[in-house]
Amino acid sequence: MKKLLCLLLVVSSIVGLSACHGKKVERGQNPTSLVTNFEIPEKFDTSRKFEISFWAKNDNNSTQRDIYAKAVADFEEVYPNITVKLKLYNDYGDIYKDVITNIPTNTTPNVCITYPDHIATYLTGADTVVPLDDLLYDPAYGLGGSGVKFDAPKTEEIIPQFLSECSFDGHYYAVPYMRSTEACYVNKTYVEKLGYTLPEVLTWDFVWEVSEAALEKDAVGNFAVNGQKVMIPFIYKSTDNMMIQMLKQKNAGYSTAAGEIQIFNDTTQSILETIAVNAKDRAFSTFKIGGYPANYLNAGQCIFAVDSTAGATWMGCDAPLIDIAEEKLIRFETVVMPIPQFDTEHPKMISQGPSMCLFNKEDPQEVLASWLFTQFMLTNSVQIAYAQTEGYAPVTSKAQKSAEYLDYLNRSGENNDLYYNVKIDATKLLMDNTQNTFVTPVFNGSTSLRNAAGQLIENVTKMVRRGKDVDYPALYDEVTSLYHLDEIVVKKEGPLPNGAVLLFIGLGICWFSILVSVTFDKYKKRSKKKQEKY
Amino acid sequence: MKKIIALLLVVCMVVCFAACGKKAETPADTKATDATESLKQPDEKKVMTYAEYAAAAIDAEVVVETYVQANQSWWEDKITVYCQSQDGAYFAYELKCSEEDSKKMVPGTKIRITGTKGEWEGEVEIMDGTFEFVEGDTFVAEAFDATDLLGTDDLIKHQNEKVAFKGMTVEKVAYQNDQPGKDIYVTLGLAEKSYDFCVESYLTSPESDLYKAVGELDAGDVVDVEGFLYWYQGANPHITNVTKK
Repeated sequence: MKKLLCLLLVVSSIVGLSACHGKKVERGQNPTSLVTNFEIPEKFDTSRKFEISFWAKNDNNSTQRDIYAKAVADFEEVYPNITVKLKLYNDYGDIYKDVITNIPTNTTPNVCITYPDHIATYLTGADTVVPLDDLLYDPAYGLGGSGVKFDAPKTEEIIPQFLSECSFDGHYYAVPYMRSTEACYVNKTYVEKLGYTLPEVLTWDFVWEVSEAALEKDAVGNFAVNGQKVMIPFIYKSTDNMMIQMLKQKNAGYSTAAGEIQIFNDTTQSILETIAVNAKDRAFSTFKIGGYPANYLNAGQCIFAVDSTAGATWMGCDAPLIDIAEEKLIRFETVVMPIPQFDTEHPKMISQGPSMCLFNKEDPQEVLASWLFTQFMLTNSVQIAYAQTEGYAPVTSKAQKSAEYLDYLNRSGENNDLYYNVKIDATKLLMDNTQNTFVTPVFNGSTSLRNAAGQLIENVTKMVRRGKDVDYPALYDEVTSLYHLDEIVVKKEGPLPNGAVLLFIGLGICWFSILVSVTFDKYKKRSKKKQEKY
Repeated sequence: MKKIIALLLVVCMVVCFAACGKKAETPADTKATDATESLKQPDEKKVMTYAEYAAAAIDAEVVVETYVQANQSWWEDKITVYCQSQDGAYFAYELKCSEEDSKKMVPGTKIRITGTKGEWEGEVEIMDGTFEFVEGDTFVAEAFDATDLLGTDDLIKHQNEKVAFKGMTVEKVAYQNDQPGKDIYVTLGLAEKSYDFCVESYLTSPESDLYKAVGELDAGDVVDVEGFLYWYQGANPHITNVTKK
């Protein structure tokens, strides 16, 4: 009986332990979501017709739209049994919203342009996004595989840093499509008119100082530097990026990879206090409050305009894309510089840009068709053409090192269209600083944290403009509540989960009880023997 | 004794497994409901006339009573509303609004808006606003014929109003992203000058008759249009009605 009890306990313990480890739930994922139902078919069925959907983003740029359309047409020529239905957006957020809306009805696209942050949310649905680990390296249908009917890059030809940005929770859920960073587009003419010389590396102190200097007015109330009624010296397009990069440059907390929120710290407050001073003076503003940095820059109403390198074709008085009336445009020299830095020896800037993910479908052949199309978007013809439309960098070394692309870079300034110097300078900025780029951790809730980071700057800017004092603890509470940051579940990667701790305590009690039981039995036997002896 | 120990062990195991099986907490909801809670205005403020509103500085607190003329689609507890009173018009951008209240935002409805005056790319608007319904009269504006003001400095005095432009010649109709579903950019000509108009898809959805009618216009067509005098780097009316001549 005792032996049976012990055996039962041992078996129970083993089962209990294995159950605990085997069913560890990753935050934001169903336990089964890592085990996709998708299996790579042995052979792609070219006898069947497939219609796949591709939701893509463009930057209000008709050339980009044309390139998407050409890519689809070229792909359909290689695979006549696949039809690609293209749906275009101008905003990553709109794609995200539409995908979220379509997950419950299982009407997601086959392929979509995305940010890894968004994928973390998509993964809260069961088996939604296809993990690409196996697909990337499949001998037949992996990148550049033997079964692929076009000249696709090999996996090792994707810039490793860009590919790694698509990996989280130990799996690849996307492949990069294009990469960009942020740049500061500077009106050099006005900087020098104010008596300053641009440093080799732009610093925050320099930008704040010049911005304050630009607020000086003449006798009739116009700004002295431009002779106009309007001058916002420093405008930032994406304030979420602004806060994220400033914190990174200061080596201050933002979040851990596990999703622990660290943004509400002393450095954040110090950054916000500096912003508040400059916003109150109207030396600083944001896109959300006033409008596009490019429009102010091109009208001579802004000196430092920070926006994506993917917005370079809108920047400068010779820009191919201009959104203001001709009579408002003024002549000035535009210089493209990395965003301002705190430590000029160790510059840091964000890596951003579109990636592509695949959604799982019941038919693995359909998923394979969408994977083939995704690969096609990485071919040189698409990569080079699309990268040339803005200050993007191709994501493959195959494209970056191609003679065609190097020739493009070398022809900077030949005209103000394809070879627009500001655009090519922006691209070079990224290619020269790829090692200085970073991304933020991806987890379910990282999109909310990003939004919160920008909201801090937006709210502080609005408050001081409206003559209000900033109560930082109240601001943090408000932003925490607004973006549900207190509901983000932190992954437990270090200490054991509470359940496991309880299990071990329980097992300890079990083994202790067994020990007591055995000792008690032995004591009883000895007592019995003694009684028999005497 | 053995029975007691066995019972104790079983209880321990049950407790342990129950602890192991505890559900993970719900992932964070990424939905943001109100981005400007700390920027809310006090409830009781003096209601401004349009003249007082127009004279107020950018970033000033404003309170106006006005009438809903139209609204863009409700999203995440926010709604963007075109409003007009007898003395002037307002554009209230992303008013905090429940879905239930959004259904009551029908033309003519009187509301009191409290917010901050802002300017985005030339469009003067009420930002970070809240509102309440005001019982009483209703008012639906007639379109003001602003044809003669096109290209003049006086046009901006009618910003956000319901306006009409007559006898315009269609020069170009282009879908955003070159495909139906989003905004339509319309260029209309008059007396050898071109003017930008827009069919704002959040105001007049792709399913609306107006959206379809504009999409079917050809260069050279002569039209009368009505809409709200929105501003983006200059006049950029949001079309609500088109009549082909």
